[in-house]
Amino acid sequence: MYGKGLRPLAAATAVTITVLLAMVFFWTPNDADQGFIQKIFYIHVPLAIVALCGFVFGGILGIQYLRTRDPKWDLRSYVAIHLSLMFALGVLVTGSIWAKGSWGHWWVWDEPMLVSFLIVFLLYACYQPLRFSIEQPETQARYAAVFAIVAGAFVPINFAAVRMAQSYVHPRTLGTTTGGMPGEMMLTFLVGLVGVALLYLTLWKFELATKQIRFRVKAMRRKLGAADTAPTRRTGAPELS
Amino acid sequence: MPALPYDEAGKYVAAAYTVFVALILLYVLIMVARISRIEQDLAELADVVDAQPNARTEDPTPDKVTS
Repeated sequence: MYGKGLRPLAAATAVTITVLLAMVFFWTPNDADQGFIQKIFYIHVPLAIVALCGFVFGGILGIQYLRTRDPKWDLRSYVAIHLSLMFALGVLVTGSIWAKGSWGHWWVWDEPMLVSFLIVFLLYACYQPLRFSIEQPETQARYAAVFAIVAGAFVPINFAAVRMAQSYVHPRTLGTTTGGMPGEMMLTFLVGLVGVALLYLTLWKFELATKQIRFRVKAMRRKLGAADTAPTRRTGAPELS
Repeated sequence: MPALPYDEAGKYVAAAYTVFVALILLYVLIMVARISRIEQDLAELADVVDAQPNARTEDPTPDKVTS
């Protein structure tokens, strides 16, 4: 079910990311203010936007779980959140590299954008331990869904709060009073956004497909009465029967 | 701060894009390990099916999983 359409999606992702890299390094002009180092923007910002949207997506899937109590929604929410966490890690590392090159520091604590993103990251870093701490699968799924919804609602609020903050240290490229980016830069950025979003979707579907096959194999093993060779251990990941 | 020269900025840009590629690669490697485990499980299941007396007439393995 999840594997359906995965191949064209993966191909589209590969093509878009390749086009993005070509545009970044061979077509888009250097930023007049920051120079060549601004090229990090085309991967850093799309990663951040997709990670934050992925967290909200995980919350929406959590709502679906609470409405239906169908474990497949819990699984989808779980995969969405842990992929977003991985993307968020990429945002923090690429952002730190950019900060070191531009500002001379790996991290700036008085910059609201950075600190608020770190708070979101640390909040979601608690998701897996929360799941792991609850043994009963149904309770685990319910608590995880509530966490995903509350934290998912926090993400846009946090983003809006940062936008309203007075500090303009962090480079603002979208919606500035001076008109934002020139055409080539904006187009490259949009290609980056589409590419990273496609990458997220591909990995999400791929992981769901892999998990579904694993559950099927387990079910077949039970049906055949074969002994389970894998030791039974506590897990934070959802299990479908 | 003034813009960094190419040779200085290049290191940072290369590092950032390397992190991006490394993250994807790490994820793919983890998934490859998981898929190998599933393949191993499937091979064991196939042995169980072969060992059953009516294995030829009733094949419980769906085509989707084996393909």
